[in-house]
Amino acid sequence: MVQYTQARFDASFAALSDATRRGVLEQLGRADASITDLAEKFRMTLTGIKKHVGVLEQAGLVTTEKIGRVRTCKLGPRRLEEEAAWIERYRQLWGARFDELDKVVEELKQKEKVDGRKKRE
Amino acid sequence: MDARRESELAPMKNRTTVERKSEREIVVTRTFNAPARLVFEAWTKPEMFRQWWVPKSTGMSLLSCEMDVRVGGGYRLAFAYGDSQMAFFGTYKEVTPHSRLVWTNEESEGGAVSTVTFEERGGKTLLVYHELYPSKEALDANAGMENAMEETFQQLDELLVTLGAGVGRS
Repeated sequence: MVQYTQARFDASFAALSDATRRGVLEQLGRADASITDLAEKFRMTLTGIKKHVGVLEQAGLVTTEKIGRVRTCKLGPRRLEEEAAWIERYRQLWGARFDELDKVVEELKQKEKVDGRKKRE
Repeated sequence: MDARRESELAPMKNRTTVERKSEREIVVTRTFNAPARLVFEAWTKPEMFRQWWVPKSTGMSLLSCEMDVRVGGGYRLAFAYGDSQMAFFGTYKEVTPHSRLVWTNEESEGGAVSTVTFEERGGKTLLVYHELYPSKEALDANAGMENAMEETFQQLDELLVTLGAGVGRS
């Protein structure tokens, strides 16, 4: 199961490492779209955009459904997880940063106390 | 040893919160147990700034840090990440001692305008850090540590494995 999970995550990272694919996710976040819509929006050939959508689909980030001659793309079930990870990544950076800042500020505070004591003496 | 005494010896770390305020804005808040002038000093003096801005967990190291903290003054931070190097730079737009700093991030077109405010309350300081991006896409692309974090997918990887442990079991 760990292996399976790992493979899924690897697929997500590969999927998200491309600017066009991130753009497609953004677009689908606003509204579902057909392959043709996406090709126009991103100025790509149908084949090109299909490849990108395929990668996103494999990662579980997008699902597609063919109705008649039109293939409609929408965000897949993994979207919320990605959003949470995105915020978490940001929180981790700033959390770590501010914990370090805490130490620097604490040192300043201590130094001030010592200096204050010296002045009074 | 009672609980109160214990907490005095090892003060709890204050919580850092992150909120996406809008499509183009993100806000980080944190309280520091010190007066605003000290937090401001740690933010504006390069020799102090460089001690905390790049935590070890980012895998990056700060090579140089130049800051001319006055309106119209510039800053430049050079980093190393593995074999690659990158620089972040911009200009200070507002400098109000002990209470407010505004600066630009000019290393890329999608750079944010950053504002940090320091609000003192009873000897503590509420710090609010705000980033306003030119577009939603720019914010999405910059999430985490600017573009440099693109390269730290490995760390995200580990995080997601932790977060996703539940998914794997289901």
